[in-house]
Amino acid sequence: MSEPWETDAAPSLAAPSLQVRDIEKTFPGVRALSGVSFDVRAGEVHALLGENGAGKSTLIKIISGVYEPDGGSILVDGRSVRFSSPVDARRAGVATIYQELLLFPELTVAENIFLGHAPLAGAGRVDWRAMRAEAERLLAALEIDDLSPDQVVGALTVGNRQRVEILRALSYDARILIMDEPTAALTEADVTRLFDVVRRLKRRGVGVVYISHRLDEIFAIADRVTVLRDGAFVGAREVAGTNAAELVQMMVGRRIDNLFPKTKAPIGAPVLEARDLVRRPLTKGVSLTVRAGEIVGLAGLVGSGRSELAQTLFGITPSESGDIRLNGGSVRIDSPETARAKGVAYVPEDRGAQGLVRPMSVLHNFSLAALGAFSHAGFIDRASERRMAEKGVARFSVKTSSVDEIAGRLSGGNQQKIVLGKWLANNPRLLILDEPTRGIDVGAKAEIHRLMGELAAEGVAILMISSELPEVLGMSDRVLVMREGRLVAEFDRAQATSEAVGAAMMGGASSAGKAA
Amino acid sequence: MSATAVASPASPLTGAWRRLASQEALLAVAIVGLAIVVGLINPRFLATRNLADILLGNAYIAVAAVGMSMVIISGNIDISVGALIGVLATVSGSLAVAGAPILVSWLVPLVLGVAVMAAQGAVVAYLRIPAIVVTLGMLSILKGGLISVTGGKWITDLPQNFHLADLSLFGVPMPVIIMVLATALAALWMRHSPRGRAIYATGGNPEAARLCGVNPQRTVLMVFALHGFFAGLASLVYATQLRVIQSTTPQGLELTIITAAVVGGVSILGGVGTVVGSTLAAILIAEITSALVFINVSPYWTDAVRGALILATVIADILRRQRRAAQGWKR
Repeated sequence: MSEPWETDAAPSLAAPSLQVRDIEKTFPGVRALSGVSFDVRAGEVHALLGENGAGKSTLIKIISGVYEPDGGSILVDGRSVRFSSPVDARRAGVATIYQELLLFPELTVAENIFLGHAPLAGAGRVDWRAMRAEAERLLAALEIDDLSPDQVVGALTVGNRQRVEILRALSYDARILIMDEPTAALTEADVTRLFDVVRRLKRRGVGVVYISHRLDEIFAIADRVTVLRDGAFVGAREVAGTNAAELVQMMVGRRIDNLFPKTKAPIGAPVLEARDLVRRPLTKGVSLTVRAGEIVGLAGLVGSGRSELAQTLFGITPSESGDIRLNGGSVRIDSPETARAKGVAYVPEDRGAQGLVRPMSVLHNFSLAALGAFSHAGFIDRASERRMAEKGVARFSVKTSSVDEIAGRLSGGNQQKIVLGKWLANNPRLLILDEPTRGIDVGAKAEIHRLMGELAAEGVAILMISSELPEVLGMSDRVLVMREGRLVAEFDRAQATSEAVGAAMMGGASSAGKAA
Repeated sequence: MSATAVASPASPLTGAWRRLASQEALLAVAIVGLAIVVGLINPRFLATRNLADILLGNAYIAVAAVGMSMVIISGNIDISVGALIGVLATVSGSLAVAGAPILVSWLVPLVLGVAVMAAQGAVVAYLRIPAIVVTLGMLSILKGGLISVTGGKWITDLPQNFHLADLSLFGVPMPVIIMVLATALAALWMRHSPRGRAIYATGGNPEAARLCGVNPQRTVLMVFALHGFFAGLASLVYATQLRVIQSTTPQGLELTIITAAVVGGVSILGGVGTVVGSTLAAILIAEITSALVFINVSPYWTDAVRGALILATVIADILRRQRRAAQGWKR
């Protein structure tokens, strides 16, 4: 390990086209990757599987030159390489397609493909004719007949834009293509077409790194699968020789037991009853009930309208029609202020942008949602404010030097504990959590899960949105599935299996739950 | 747990208030230190008469900077305040000369200041037009309007009892009393009231503030109205010191006021700062201006020095934030 960059491997024909060995990466306070090895052969689809926070994103950012690893080596065609920028990686034939497509909507398909490396006709002029011909050639190579080089990208569907990104990668002669959750925002038809394109890429000898946490996709398209957990390599399998149960076991380990400690809480009267809520464009008539002491998991793909529903319930985007009853009484929630006054708390998806006032202290962030409760005659009772914050810090195990620390300086997990904890001073009856554990480390995650269990036991009704199926399945008394702005299925804890919930999310025919 | 979570390193100087207190301590040290250094070069700088002039002549800037600090902490800015102070001074003087009761000539600028600023605040908060655009428009309206209405004529023959600033209480001149009271009350309110806290939250992250049930729009409107009150108070201290009220205000008055706020530790990005800092900074800036005269530096350098001070403060603020962001950054 003393000279990680001078690993000398003899080039051989059998060598995989991309190899990473013993990659280490640490961020301040978080060990993101420890000793991860991975390889892709030419003409192979190698899936990278793991929960959020398992280290997939960090690994692909290292392979694509965004981060430099702290240790370990990267080999392309057996030669040791060092990428200090994405441009280096691209020169070595490694291209990446991110979830957020990096295209220019005003430009045409051909212009987007060749942006930055357009064929020139001398004197720095773009050879438009050659560019168009090249684009046609690439389209033909992937047998794409429903796109033309002259279409403006902004008018294309997400699936088509993604294919433009793939063409763009090919135009650089990429031999390794990394696809980061490529199907996250795609319709079923687009997924099918994407898979056709991936199969053609394979035939052309391109090695594909395919990141997804949808098992069915991995069985449909991948040849091998590598599983990461908590930044460590768990194992690699031939897809033909494994099954979903084994992969789930590898992904989550034994942690389902200790990470999701949903304790039995007595389930009481309905706290939230929503009927036919409509808020265009993504809430199309939703009815749901959440009872005291109950944790209801809301599953669905990105774009299914889960977060929008939460925002409507909290009054950020008030409903256009339908009604909401809280604790049996009909209410109109037209702003977050009203929602708070009615005992609703909301932990937003994006804690940086919406949850935390970063320049303020931990103390002041903790009390922000309950200032009224600490104030007498227009002044804050600073002693009881401080007591509350210190109690919150202790209860939530927030790791901070003191409550006077600037909140923005804490780690993501600790920030999230503050965003959640600040509501408790308000004694909420209904707690809406949007991705409560996204991007935080496993320890903080377990603590947040434990607190959710405690709150439910105290009689709080909890509605939890999560993209992590094991979290939804482990924490929820009931699972609701949302698709295209509607609730499409409901499962009791006993019925909720990853297959059944996953099928309902995807709109598969085998939806086992009763339709809601 | 295989992934390790490490607590952020404890630093000896933590806590928002302690950090800001140190900014204020720094200013206090600078004020005293500068006086000693300049006094060594030219002892006449330390004459009671000169020190009193520095305080009395600039108290109104400190008063206006209190309101400006609130505006900047809330994430906004106001560049119309200099022109507004000029208008209010003229209105006040004109009323006094026209024979209105003295109390009326003192109170009208306060009410008018609140009204003008509240109107601007409403446009900023509810029409979501950036404050710099709104107040730039108001700056031109007020400046142009004042010259047009007065025809550039000066107000003279002010009644004797108009001169509030000439009064003193227990030997303390009124401008100093007003400056200290305005600063102290505003500081207490900013620090101890839910509404004061709402200003910091709104400036620090309006979206998060809104989701916590703070109404950022109402907060911005309130901040501008308060700023108008302090502008009115500043104009009163300013006008009642003068024997003759001109239809122009000191060159770049709004910039001096903004400089005081920023040098006082108010972050130009919002969410951070105190009014105690801005008052100390107003005094420091006035002291620097006077010191340049006493050590025979051309007064033309005043603006350059002030500019250097504001740049240094803003750069220090940004560097501090970047360091903080780097330390707080996680995967």
